[in-house]
Amino acid sequence: MLEVRHLSKVFFEQNDPQKPGLIALYDISLSVRRNEFVCLLGPSGCGKTTLIRIIAGLLPADRGEVLVNGNPVTSPGRDRCMVFQQFGLLPWRTVLGNVEFGLEIEGMGREERRDISRQYLELVGLKGFEDYYPHQISGGMQQRVGIARALSKKPDILLMDEPFGAVDAQTREQLQEELLKIWAKTDTTVIFVTHSIDESIYLSDRVVIMHSRPGRIKEEVAVELPRPRWEGDVKADPRFAQLRARVRESLRE
Amino acid sequence: MALNALEQQALVEINPSQAKPFRLTDYLRLVRAASVVLFVVLWEYFGRQVNPLFLSYPSAIVKACVQLLIAGEFQRQAIGSLGIYAVGLGAALVLGILLGLLMGRYRLAEYLLDPYVYALDATPRVALIPLLLLWFGLGAPAKIAVVFLSGIFPVLMNTFSGVRTVSGGLVDVGRAYGAGEGKIFTKIIMPAALPFIMAGVRLGVGRALIGIITAEMFTAVTGMGALLIRYSSAMATDKFFVPVIFLALLGVILSGAVEALQRRLAPWKETERAL
Ligand SMILES: Nc1ncnc2c1ncn2[C@@H]1O[C@H](COP(=O)(O)OP(=O)(O)OP(=O)(O)O)[C@@H](O)[C@H]1O
Ligand SMILES: [Mg+2]
Repeated sequence: MLEVRHLSKVFFEQNDPQKPGLIALYDISLSVRRNEFVCLLGPSGCGKTTLIRIIAGLLPADRGEVLVNGNPVTSPGRDRCMVFQQFGLLPWRTVLGNVEFGLEIEGMGREERRDISRQYLELVGLKGFEDYYPHQISGGMQQRVGIARALSKKPDILLMDEPFGAVDAQTREQLQEELLKIWAKTDTTVIFVTHSIDESIYLSDRVVIMHSRPGRIKEEVAVELPRPRWEGDVKADPRFAQLRARVRESLRE
Repeated sequence: MALNALEQQALVEINPSQAKPFRLTDYLRLVRAASVVLFVVLWEYFGRQVNPLFLSYPSAIVKACVQLLIAGEFQRQAIGSLGIYAVGLGAALVLGILLGLLMGRYRLAEYLLDPYVYALDATPRVALIPLLLLWFGLGAPAKIAVVFLSGIFPVLMNTFSGVRTVSGGLVDVGRAYGAGEGKIFTKIIMPAALPFIMAGVRLGVGRALIGIITAEMFTAVTGMGALLIRYSSAMATDKFFVPVIFLALLGVILSGAVEALQRRLAPWKETERAL
Protein backbone atom coordinates (compact mmCIF):
# COMPACT_ATOMS: atom_id res chain seq x y z
CA MET A 1 0.00 0.00 0.00
CA LEU A 2 2.53 2.58 1.18
CA GLU A 3 6.22 2.02 0.62
CA VAL A 4 8.95 4.36 1.79
CA ARG A 5 12.25 3.36 0.24
CA HIS A 6 15.67 4.56 1.37
CA LEU A 7 14.41 8.06 1.90
CA SER A 8 16.88 10.80 2.83
CA LYS A 9 16.41 14.52 3.27
CA VAL A 10 19.01 17.21 3.88
CA PHE A 11 18.15 20.73 4.94
CA PHE A 12 20.54 23.46 3.91
CA GLU A 13 21.58 26.52 5.85
CA GLN A 14 19.20 29.41 5.49
CA ASN A 15 21.86 31.95 4.55
CA ASP A 16 24.02 29.59 2.53
CA PRO A 17 22.04 27.29 0.26
CA GLN A 18 25.23 25.38 -0.58
CA LYS A 19 25.99 24.40 2.99
CA PRO A 20 24.18 21.36 4.38
CA GLY A 21 22.78 22.27 7.76
CA LEU A 22 21.16 19.10 8.94
CA ILE A 23 20.43 15.56 7.84
CA ALA A 24 16.75 15.45 8.73
CA LEU A 25 16.16 11.94 7.42
CA TYR A 26 18.70 9.28 6.61
CA ASP A 27 17.86 6.11 4.73
CA ILE A 28 14.32 5.67 6.00
CA SER A 29 12.51 2.57 4.80
CA LEU A 30 9.04 1.72 5.91
CA SER A 31 6.31 -0.39 4.49
CA VAL A 32 2.71 -0.02 5.57
CA ARG A 33 -0.14 -2.39 4.71
CA ARG A 34 -3.62 -1.31 3.73
CA ASN A 35 -5.70 -0.51 6.79
CA GLU A 36 -2.71 -0.64 9.06
CA PHE A 37 -2.36 1.86 11.90
CA VAL A 38 1.25 2.92 12.36
CA CYS A 39 2.54 5.33 14.96
CA LEU A 40 5.74 7.33 14.57
CA LEU A 41 7.37 8.01 17.88
CA GLY A 42 10.56 9.90 18.53
CA PRO A 43 12.20 12.85 20.21
CA SER A 44 11.46 16.39 19.12
CA GLY A 45 13.33 17.29 15.96
CA CYS A 46 13.97 13.72 14.77
CA GLY A 47 12.22 14.31 11.47
CA LYS A 48 8.71 13.01 12.01
CA THR A 49 7.04 16.03 10.45
CA THR A 50 9.57 16.02 7.64
CA LEU A 51 8.85 12.35 6.88
CA ILE A 52 5.11 12.85 6.93
CA ARG A 53 5.36 15.90 4.68
CA ILE A 54 7.38 13.95 2.15
CA ILE A 55 4.78 11.18 2.21
CA ALA A 56 2.09 13.83 1.72
CA GLY A 57 3.96 15.09 -1.33
CA LEU A 58 4.53 18.54 0.13
CA LEU A 59 8.29 18.23 0.27
CA PRO A 60 10.65 16.58 -2.20
CA ALA A 61 13.14 14.03 -0.90
CA ASP A 62 16.83 14.13 -1.76
CA ARG A 63 17.19 10.36 -2.08
CA GLY A 64 14.78 7.48 -2.21
CA GLU A 65 11.11 7.43 -2.99
CA VAL A 66 7.63 7.03 -1.64
CA LEU A 67 5.25 4.66 -3.40
CA VAL A 68 1.51 4.54 -2.95
CA ASN A 69 0.03 1.42 -4.52
CA GLY A 70 3.21 1.15 -6.52
CA ASN A 71 3.05 4.69 -7.90
CA PRO A 72 5.76 7.17 -6.90
CA VAL A 73 4.55 10.21 -4.99
CA THR A 74 5.64 13.52 -6.46
CA SER A 75 2.83 15.82 -5.34
CA PRO A 76 -0.14 15.80 -2.97
CA GLY A 77 -2.97 13.59 -4.09
CA ARG A 78 -6.55 12.94 -3.11
CA ASP A 79 -5.65 9.52 -1.74
CA ARG A 80 -3.74 11.20 1.14
CA CYS A 81 -4.91 13.73 3.69
CA MET A 82 -2.99 15.52 6.35
CA VAL A 83 -3.74 16.75 9.84
CA PHE A 84 -1.19 19.46 10.56
CA GLN A 85 0.77 19.79 13.76
CA GLN A 86 0.08 23.54 13.75
CA PHE A 87 -3.58 22.92 12.82
CA GLY A 88 -3.28 24.63 9.42
CA LEU A 89 -6.61 26.43 9.66
CA LEU A 90 -7.38 29.29 7.33
CA PRO A 91 -7.99 32.30 9.61
CA TRP A 92 -10.42 33.98 7.19
CA ARG A 93 -12.76 31.01 7.15
CA THR A 94 -15.18 30.02 9.84
CA VAL A 95 -14.95 26.64 11.51
CA LEU A 96 -17.47 25.26 9.03
CA GLY A 97 -15.72 26.95 6.12
CA ASN A 98 -12.46 25.35 7.16
CA VAL A 99 -13.92 21.87 7.26
CA GLU A 100 -15.55 22.49 3.90
CA PHE A 101 -12.26 23.53 2.35
CA GLY A 102 -11.09 20.11 1.22
CA LEU A 103 -14.45 19.19 -0.29
CA GLU A 104 -14.73 22.58 -1.92
CA ILE A 105 -11.38 22.15 -3.67
CA GLU A 106 -12.66 18.82 -4.93
CA GLY A 107 -15.55 20.68 -6.53
CA MET A 108 -18.37 19.31 -4.39
CA GLY A 109 -21.59 21.36 -4.35
CA ARG A 110 -22.29 23.79 -1.53
CA GLU A 111 -25.22 22.02 0.11
CA GLU A 112 -23.64 18.61 0.03
CA ARG A 113 -20.31 19.69 1.47
CA ARG A 114 -22.05 21.71 4.18
CA ASP A 115 -24.00 18.67 5.27
CA ILE A 116 -20.95 16.47 5.35
CA SER A 117 -18.89 19.09 7.17
CA ARG A 118 -21.55 19.50 9.82
CA GLN A 119 -21.56 15.76 10.39
CA TYR A 120 -17.84 15.67 10.95
CA LEU A 121 -17.93 18.72 13.21
CA GLU A 122 -20.47 16.95 15.32
CA LEU A 123 -18.28 13.90 15.35
CA VAL A 124 -15.35 15.84 16.83
CA GLY A 125 -17.66 17.54 19.32
CA LEU A 126 -17.81 21.00 17.78
CA LYS A 127 -21.50 21.25 17.04
CA GLY A 128 -22.59 24.83 17.65
CA PHE A 129 -19.23 26.37 16.77
CA GLU A 130 -19.76 26.36 12.99
CA ASP A 131 -19.71 30.14 12.64
CA TYR A 132 -16.75 30.88 14.88
CA TYR A 133 -13.45 31.98 13.44
CA PRO A 134 -10.35 29.96 14.36
CA HIS A 135 -8.93 32.66 16.61
CA GLN A 136 -12.15 32.62 18.63
CA ILE A 137 -11.79 28.99 19.69
CA SER A 138 -9.19 27.23 21.81
CA GLY A 139 -6.15 25.39 20.51
CA GLY A 140 -7.68 22.00 21.17
CA MET A 141 -10.82 22.99 19.32
CA GLN A 142 -8.79 24.26 16.39
CA GLN A 143 -7.01 20.96 16.25
CA ARG A 144 -10.32 19.12 16.12
CA VAL A 145 -11.40 21.31 13.21
CA GLY A 146 -8.26 20.17 11.39
CA ILE A 147 -9.14 16.54 12.15
CA ALA A 148 -12.71 16.98 10.92
CA ARG A 149 -11.40 18.54 7.73
CA ALA A 150 -9.10 15.60 7.04
CA LEU A 151 -11.67 12.95 7.91
CA SER A 152 -14.33 14.54 5.72
CA LYS A 153 -12.27 13.71 2.64
CA LYS A 154 -12.27 10.00 3.49
CA PRO A 155 -8.69 9.52 2.32
CA ASP A 156 -7.08 6.14 1.76
CA ILE A 157 -4.12 7.28 3.80
CA LEU A 158 -4.57 9.57 6.76
CA LEU A 159 -1.41 11.38 7.82
CA MET A 160 -1.75 12.78 11.31
CA ASP A 161 0.98 14.96 12.78
CA GLU A 162 0.47 15.02 16.54
CA PRO A 163 -3.24 15.56 16.06
CA PHE A 164 -4.08 15.36 19.74
CA GLY A 165 -1.15 17.39 21.00
CA ALA A 166 -3.21 20.39 22.03
CA VAL A 167 -6.29 18.75 23.51
CA ASP A 168 -6.95 17.96 27.14
CA ALA A 169 -6.67 14.42 28.48
CA GLN A 170 -10.39 13.63 28.47
CA THR A 171 -11.02 14.96 24.99
CA ARG A 172 -7.94 13.14 23.89
CA GLU A 173 -9.31 9.82 25.06
CA GLN A 174 -12.62 10.50 23.37
CA LEU A 175 -10.93 11.45 20.13
CA GLN A 176 -8.68 8.41 20.25
CA GLU A 177 -11.74 6.21 20.58
CA GLU A 178 -13.55 8.05 17.77
CA LEU A 179 -10.52 7.73 15.54
CA LEU A 180 -10.25 3.99 16.20
CA LYS A 181 -13.95 3.57 15.45
CA ILE A 182 -13.72 5.47 12.18
CA TRP A 183 -10.62 3.56 11.26
CA ALA A 184 -12.30 0.23 12.07
CA LYS A 185 -15.31 1.10 9.93
CA THR A 186 -13.31 2.13 6.88
CA ASP A 187 -10.19 0.72 5.32
CA THR A 188 -8.15 3.81 5.95
CA THR A 189 -4.43 3.49 6.51
CA VAL A 190 -3.19 5.75 9.27
CA ILE A 191 0.27 7.17 9.91
CA PHE A 192 0.09 8.87 13.26
CA VAL A 193 2.84 10.96 14.84
CA THR A 194 2.82 11.28 18.59
CA HIS A 195 5.04 12.02 21.55
CA SER A 196 3.05 9.86 23.90
CA ILE A 197 4.18 6.27 24.40
CA ASP A 198 0.80 5.24 25.77
CA GLU A 199 -1.05 6.80 22.88
CA SER A 200 1.15 5.07 20.34
CA ILE A 201 0.58 1.65 21.91
CA TYR A 202 -3.12 2.19 22.50
CA LEU A 203 -3.78 3.17 18.90
CA SER A 204 -1.42 1.34 16.64
CA ASP A 205 -0.61 -2.00 15.11
CA ARG A 206 3.03 -1.01 15.02
CA VAL A 207 5.11 1.64 16.73
CA VAL A 208 7.97 2.97 14.62
CA ILE A 209 10.62 4.49 16.86
CA MET A 210 12.87 7.15 15.40
CA HIS A 211 15.96 8.85 16.69
CA SER A 212 17.65 12.05 15.66
CA ARG A 213 20.86 13.43 14.15
CA PRO A 214 20.53 12.00 11.64
CA GLY A 215 16.84 11.12 11.64
CA ARG A 216 16.63 7.34 11.36
CA ILE A 217 14.29 4.54 12.21
CA LYS A 218 15.70 2.78 15.21
CA GLU A 219 13.21 0.04 15.83
CA GLU A 220 9.73 -1.16 15.04
CA VAL A 221 7.61 -2.64 17.77
CA ALA A 222 4.54 -4.68 16.79
CA VAL A 223 1.55 -4.15 19.04
CA GLU A 224 -0.53 -7.28 19.12
CA LEU A 225 -3.12 -6.21 21.62
CA PRO A 226 -6.68 -7.33 20.90
CA ARG A 227 -9.13 -4.97 19.23
CA PRO A 228 -11.44 -3.19 19.71
CA ARG A 229 -9.32 -1.52 22.32
CA TRP A 230 -11.89 0.95 23.58
CA GLU A 231 -13.82 -1.83 25.27
CA GLY A 232 -12.48 -2.84 28.63
CA ASP A 233 -9.26 -1.45 29.97
CA VAL A 234 -6.48 -2.26 27.55
CA LYS A 235 -4.05 -0.10 29.44
CA ALA A 236 -4.40 -2.40 32.45
CA ASP A 237 -3.41 -5.41 30.34
CA PRO A 238 0.00 -6.70 31.43
CA ARG A 239 1.09 -6.86 27.81
CA PHE A 240 0.45 -3.13 27.58
CA ALA A 241 2.85 -2.54 30.45
CA GLN A 242 5.49 -4.74 28.80
CA LEU A 243 5.19 -2.87 25.52
CA ARG A 244 5.37 0.44 27.31
CA ALA A 245 8.57 -0.59 29.08
CA ARG A 246 10.07 -1.82 25.86
CA VAL A 247 9.27 1.32 23.88
CA ARG A 248 10.48 3.53 26.68
CA GLU A 249 13.73 1.60 26.84
CA SER A 250 14.21 1.94 23.09
CA LEU A 251 13.59 5.69 23.20
CA ARG A 252 16.01 6.15 26.06
CA GLU A 253 19.04 4.50 24.45
CA MET B 1 -23.91 29.94 21.23
CA ALA B 2 -26.59 30.37 23.82
CA LEU B 3 -25.63 30.25 27.47
CA ASN B 4 -26.44 27.02 29.25
CA ALA B 5 -28.34 26.85 32.53
CA LEU B 6 -25.29 27.12 34.77
CA GLU B 7 -23.92 30.02 32.75
CA GLN B 8 -27.29 31.77 32.98
CA GLN B 9 -27.21 31.45 36.71
CA ALA B 10 -23.67 32.76 36.87
CA LEU B 11 -24.61 35.66 34.63
CA VAL B 12 -27.27 36.83 37.06
CA GLU B 13 -24.67 36.84 39.78
CA ILE B 14 -21.99 38.59 37.76
CA ASN B 15 -24.44 41.11 36.32
CA PRO B 16 -21.81 42.49 33.96
CA SER B 17 -23.71 45.55 32.76
CA GLN B 18 -23.85 46.99 36.26
CA ALA B 19 -21.65 49.67 37.75
CA LYS B 20 -20.35 51.58 34.77
CA PRO B 21 -19.28 55.08 35.80
CA PHE B 22 -19.57 57.95 33.31
CA ARG B 23 -16.59 58.06 30.99
CA LEU B 24 -16.09 60.44 28.13
CA THR B 25 -14.57 57.58 26.12
CA ASP B 26 -18.00 55.91 26.01
CA TYR B 27 -19.30 58.82 23.91
CA LEU B 28 -16.57 59.07 21.29
CA ARG B 29 -18.92 59.84 18.39
CA LEU B 30 -20.48 62.65 20.33
CA VAL B 31 -17.06 64.06 21.12
CA ARG B 32 -16.17 64.01 17.46
CA ALA B 33 -19.39 65.74 16.39
CA ALA B 34 -18.99 68.39 19.07
CA SER B 35 -15.45 69.03 17.93
CA VAL B 36 -16.60 69.63 14.35
CA VAL B 37 -19.43 71.94 15.40
CA LEU B 38 -17.10 73.95 17.61
CA PHE B 39 -14.60 74.28 14.78
CA VAL B 40 -17.22 75.54 12.33
CA VAL B 41 -18.55 78.06 14.85
CA LEU B 42 -15.08 79.40 15.62
CA TRP B 43 -14.23 79.61 11.95
CA GLU B 44 -17.40 81.54 11.25
CA TYR B 45 -16.71 83.96 14.10
CA PHE B 46 -13.05 84.67 13.42
CA GLY B 47 -13.36 84.29 9.62
CA ARG B 48 -15.72 87.25 9.47
CA GLN B 49 -13.04 89.49 10.99
CA VAL B 50 -10.44 88.68 8.31
CA ASN B 51 -10.20 90.38 4.94
CA PRO B 52 -12.20 88.14 2.51
CA LEU B 53 -9.32 88.33 0.05
CA PHE B 54 -7.39 85.98 2.32
CA LEU B 55 -9.90 83.84 4.14
CA SER B 56 -13.56 83.06 3.83
CA TYR B 57 -15.99 81.69 6.41
CA PRO B 58 -18.55 78.88 6.37
CA SER B 59 -21.74 80.83 5.63
CA ALA B 60 -20.10 82.68 2.74
CA ILE B 61 -18.77 79.41 1.39
CA VAL B 62 -22.23 77.88 1.50
CA LYS B 63 -23.59 80.87 -0.38
CA ALA B 64 -20.85 80.59 -3.01
CA CYS B 65 -21.50 76.91 -3.29
CA VAL B 66 -25.20 77.47 -4.01
CA GLN B 67 -24.30 80.04 -6.66
CA LEU B 68 -21.83 77.72 -8.36
CA LEU B 69 -24.29 74.86 -8.29
CA ILE B 70 -27.02 76.97 -9.86
CA ALA B 71 -24.64 78.14 -12.57
CA GLY B 72 -23.86 74.47 -13.24
CA GLU B 73 -20.16 75.16 -13.64
CA PHE B 74 -19.10 73.23 -10.58
CA GLN B 75 -20.97 70.02 -11.42
CA ARG B 76 -19.59 69.98 -14.94
CA GLN B 77 -16.00 70.27 -13.76
CA ALA B 78 -16.53 67.83 -10.91
CA ILE B 79 -17.97 65.18 -13.19
CA GLY B 80 -15.10 65.66 -15.62
CA SER B 81 -12.55 65.21 -12.86
CA LEU B 82 -14.31 62.23 -11.34
CA GLY B 83 -14.52 60.44 -14.68
CA ILE B 84 -10.80 60.76 -15.26
CA TYR B 85 -10.13 59.79 -11.67
CA ALA B 86 -12.26 56.66 -11.93
CA VAL B 87 -10.62 55.46 -15.13
CA GLY B 88 -7.07 56.08 -13.90
CA LEU B 89 -7.71 54.62 -10.48
CA GLY B 90 -9.50 51.58 -11.89
CA ALA B 91 -6.55 50.78 -14.10
CA ALA B 92 -4.15 51.36 -11.21
CA LEU B 93 -6.04 48.99 -8.91
CA VAL B 94 -6.37 46.20 -11.44
CA LEU B 95 -2.78 46.34 -12.63
CA GLY B 96 -1.36 47.05 -9.19
CA ILE B 97 -3.03 44.05 -7.61
CA LEU B 98 -2.18 41.80 -10.54
CA LEU B 99 1.50 42.75 -10.65
CA GLY B 100 1.72 42.66 -6.87
CA LEU B 101 0.34 39.12 -6.80
CA LEU B 102 2.71 37.96 -9.50
CA MET B 103 5.77 39.60 -7.97
CA GLY B 104 4.89 38.30 -4.53
CA ARG B 105 4.39 34.73 -5.65
CA TYR B 106 7.03 34.33 -8.36
CA ARG B 107 10.65 35.18 -7.75
CA LEU B 108 11.15 35.45 -11.50
CA ALA B 109 8.51 38.16 -11.85
CA GLU B 110 9.92 39.94 -8.83
CA TYR B 111 13.47 40.17 -10.13
CA LEU B 112 12.25 41.01 -13.60
CA LEU B 113 10.12 43.93 -12.52
CA ASP B 114 11.37 45.31 -9.25
CA PRO B 115 14.01 47.71 -10.63
CA TYR B 116 11.31 49.66 -12.48
CA VAL B 117 8.82 49.43 -9.68
CA TYR B 118 11.23 50.75 -7.07
CA ALA B 119 12.66 53.44 -9.35
CA LEU B 120 9.26 54.72 -10.43
CA ASP B 121 7.89 54.55 -6.93
CA ALA B 122 10.80 56.58 -5.59
CA THR B 123 10.40 59.27 -8.28
CA PRO B 124 8.04 62.02 -7.16
CA ARG B 125 5.16 61.75 -9.61
CA VAL B 126 4.98 65.52 -10.06
CA ALA B 127 8.37 65.36 -11.74
CA LEU B 128 6.85 63.25 -14.49
CA ILE B 129 3.86 65.48 -15.20
CA PRO B 130 5.60 67.81 -17.69
CA LEU B 131 6.77 64.81 -19.68
CA LEU B 132 3.34 63.22 -19.64
CA LEU B 133 1.80 66.48 -20.84
CA LEU B 134 4.34 66.53 -23.64
CA TRP B 135 3.40 63.03 -24.66
CA PHE B 136 -0.34 63.11 -24.23
CA GLY B 137 -1.26 66.78 -24.53
CA LEU B 138 -3.46 68.77 -22.17
CA GLY B 139 -6.51 66.52 -22.40
CA ALA B 140 -7.79 63.52 -20.51
CA PRO B 141 -5.13 60.92 -21.46
CA ALA B 142 -2.32 62.80 -19.72
CA LYS B 143 -4.38 63.20 -16.58
CA ILE B 144 -5.40 59.54 -16.62
CA ALA B 145 -1.73 58.65 -16.87
CA VAL B 146 -0.91 60.84 -13.86
CA VAL B 147 -3.73 59.34 -11.80
CA PHE B 148 -2.65 55.87 -12.80
CA LEU B 149 0.98 56.45 -11.86
CA SER B 150 -0.02 58.05 -8.57
CA GLY B 151 -2.36 55.26 -7.58
CA ILE B 152 -0.63 52.09 -8.73
CA PHE B 153 2.43 51.91 -6.50
CA PRO B 154 0.88 51.83 -3.06
CA VAL B 155 -1.47 49.10 -4.28
CA LEU B 156 1.30 47.15 -5.95
CA MET B 157 3.73 47.44 -3.03
CA ASN B 158 1.18 46.47 -0.43
CA THR B 159 -0.12 43.55 -2.44
CA PHE B 160 3.44 42.41 -2.99
CA SER B 161 4.40 42.49 0.66
CA GLY B 162 1.03 40.99 1.59
CA VAL B 163 1.66 37.99 -0.63
CA ARG B 164 5.19 37.68 0.73
CA THR B 165 3.90 37.42 4.28
CA VAL B 166 1.53 34.55 3.47
CA SER B 167 3.11 31.67 5.35
CA GLY B 168 4.31 28.62 3.50
CA GLY B 169 2.23 26.65 5.96
CA LEU B 170 -1.02 28.04 4.58
CA VAL B 171 0.05 27.35 1.02
CA ASP B 172 0.90 23.81 2.11
CA VAL B 173 -2.60 23.38 3.47
CA GLY B 174 -3.97 24.32 0.07
CA ARG B 175 -1.62 21.96 -1.72
CA ALA B 176 -2.24 19.12 0.72
CA TYR B 177 -5.95 19.39 -0.05
CA GLY B 178 -5.36 19.25 -3.75
CA ALA B 179 -5.49 22.91 -4.77
CA GLY B 180 -3.70 23.70 -8.03
CA GLU B 181 -1.88 26.97 -8.63
CA GLY B 182 -5.08 28.79 -9.60
CA LYS B 183 -6.93 27.76 -6.47
CA ILE B 184 -3.88 28.47 -4.33
CA PHE B 185 -4.15 32.03 -5.63
CA THR B 186 -7.87 32.49 -5.19
CA LYS B 187 -8.45 30.48 -2.03
CA ILE B 188 -5.24 30.93 -0.09
CA ILE B 189 -3.07 33.81 -1.23
CA MET B 190 -5.71 36.39 -2.08
CA PRO B 191 -7.72 36.02 1.12
CA ALA B 192 -4.58 35.83 3.25
CA ALA B 193 -3.15 38.96 1.64
CA LEU B 194 -6.49 40.76 1.52
CA PRO B 195 -5.93 43.05 4.52
CA PHE B 196 -2.66 44.22 2.97
CA ILE B 197 -4.26 44.66 -0.44
CA MET B 198 -7.05 46.74 1.05
CA ALA B 199 -4.58 48.91 2.94
CA GLY B 200 -2.85 49.50 -0.38
CA VAL B 201 -6.14 50.31 -2.08
CA ARG B 202 -6.92 52.84 0.59
CA LEU B 203 -3.58 54.54 0.12
CA GLY B 204 -3.87 54.38 -3.66
CA VAL B 205 -7.31 55.98 -3.61
CA GLY B 206 -5.86 58.97 -1.75
CA ARG B 207 -2.73 59.24 -3.86
CA ALA B 208 -4.73 59.11 -7.07
CA LEU B 209 -6.86 61.98 -5.81
CA ILE B 210 -3.74 64.03 -5.25
CA GLY B 211 -2.66 62.97 -8.74
CA ILE B 212 -5.74 64.23 -10.51
CA ILE B 213 -5.70 67.61 -8.74
CA THR B 214 -2.01 68.13 -9.37
CA ALA B 215 -2.41 67.31 -13.03
CA GLU B 216 -5.37 69.65 -13.40
CA MET B 217 -3.55 72.45 -11.65
CA PHE B 218 -0.70 72.02 -14.11
CA THR B 219 -2.90 72.14 -17.16
CA ALA B 220 -5.34 74.63 -15.59
CA VAL B 221 -7.93 74.07 -18.30
CA THR B 222 -10.61 71.87 -16.83
CA GLY B 223 -11.51 70.06 -13.63
CA MET B 224 -11.37 70.72 -9.93
CA GLY B 225 -7.70 71.64 -10.07
CA ALA B 226 -8.39 74.25 -12.74
CA LEU B 227 -11.16 75.73 -10.60
CA LEU B 228 -8.75 76.02 -7.68
CA ILE B 229 -6.30 77.96 -9.84
CA ARG B 230 -9.04 80.13 -11.34
CA TYR B 231 -10.66 81.11 -8.03
CA SER B 232 -7.42 81.70 -6.24
CA SER B 233 -6.05 83.99 -8.95
CA ALA B 234 -9.36 85.86 -8.79
CA MET B 235 -8.94 86.01 -5.01
CA ALA B 236 -12.43 84.59 -4.62
CA THR B 237 -11.69 82.73 -1.42
CA ASP B 238 -15.34 81.84 -0.81
CA LYS B 239 -15.56 80.02 -4.12
CA PHE B 240 -12.09 78.62 -3.66
CA PHE B 241 -13.19 76.71 -0.59
CA VAL B 242 -16.02 74.98 -2.46
CA PRO B 243 -13.78 72.56 -4.40
CA VAL B 244 -11.44 72.28 -1.42
CA ILE B 245 -14.22 71.12 0.86
CA PHE B 246 -15.65 68.95 -1.88
CA LEU B 247 -12.29 67.22 -2.25
CA ALA B 248 -11.87 66.82 1.48
CA LEU B 249 -15.29 65.21 1.77
CA LEU B 250 -14.62 63.04 -1.26
CA GLY B 251 -11.38 61.84 0.30
CA VAL B 252 -13.05 61.01 3.58
CA ILE B 253 -15.96 59.23 1.92
CA LEU B 254 -13.74 57.18 -0.36
CA SER B 255 -11.45 56.03 2.38
CA GLY B 256 -14.47 55.25 4.55
CA ALA B 257 -15.93 53.23 1.70
CA VAL B 258 -12.73 51.26 1.30
CA GLU B 259 -12.68 50.59 5.01
CA ALA B 260 -16.29 49.43 4.96
CA LEU B 261 -15.48 47.16 2.02
CA GLN B 262 -12.54 45.73 3.91
CA ARG B 263 -14.73 45.02 6.90
CA ARG B 264 -17.17 43.19 4.67
CA LEU B 265 -14.52 41.22 2.85
CA ALA B 266 -12.38 40.46 5.89
CA PRO B 267 -14.65 40.13 8.91
CA TRP B 268 -12.15 37.86 10.65
CA LYS B 269 -9.71 40.75 10.97
CA GLU B 270 -12.33 42.85 12.67
CA THR B 271 -12.97 40.44 15.52
CA GLU B 272 -9.27 39.83 15.87
CA ARG B 273 -8.48 43.46 16.62
CA ALA B 274 -7.68 44.09 20.23
CA LEU B 275 -9.22 47.54 20.40
N1 LIG C 1 12.21 23.87 6.22
C1 LIG C 1 13.26 23.54 7.01
N2 LIG C 1 14.46 24.10 6.83
C2 LIG C 1 15.50 23.75 7.61
N3 LIG C 1 15.44 22.85 8.58
C3 LIG C 1 14.27 22.24 8.81
C4 LIG C 1 13.10 22.55 8.05
N4 LIG C 1 12.08 21.80 8.49
C5 LIG C 1 12.58 21.07 9.50
N5 LIG C 1 13.88 21.31 9.69
C6 LIG C 1 14.75 20.68 10.67
O1 LIG C 1 14.64 19.28 10.51
C7 LIG C 1 14.62 18.64 11.77
C8 LIG C 1 13.41 17.76 11.86
O2 LIG C 1 12.26 18.57 11.90
P1 LIG C 1 10.81 17.98 12.05
O3 LIG C 1 9.87 19.12 12.05
O4 LIG C 1 10.61 16.93 11.04
O5 LIG C 1 10.88 17.34 13.51
P2 LIG C 1 9.76 16.57 14.33
O6 LIG C 1 10.24 15.20 14.55
O7 LIG C 1 8.44 16.74 13.67
O8 LIG C 1 9.78 17.36 15.70
P3 LIG C 1 8.57 17.69 16.70
O9 LIG C 1 8.28 16.45 17.45
O10 LIG C 1 9.12 18.74 17.59
O11 LIG C 1 7.42 18.17 15.87
C9 LIG C 1 14.65 19.73 12.82
O12 LIG C 1 15.94 19.79 13.37
C10 LIG C 1 14.32 20.99 12.08
O13 LIG C 1 15.06 22.05 12.61
MG1 LIG D 1 6.73 17.76 14.10
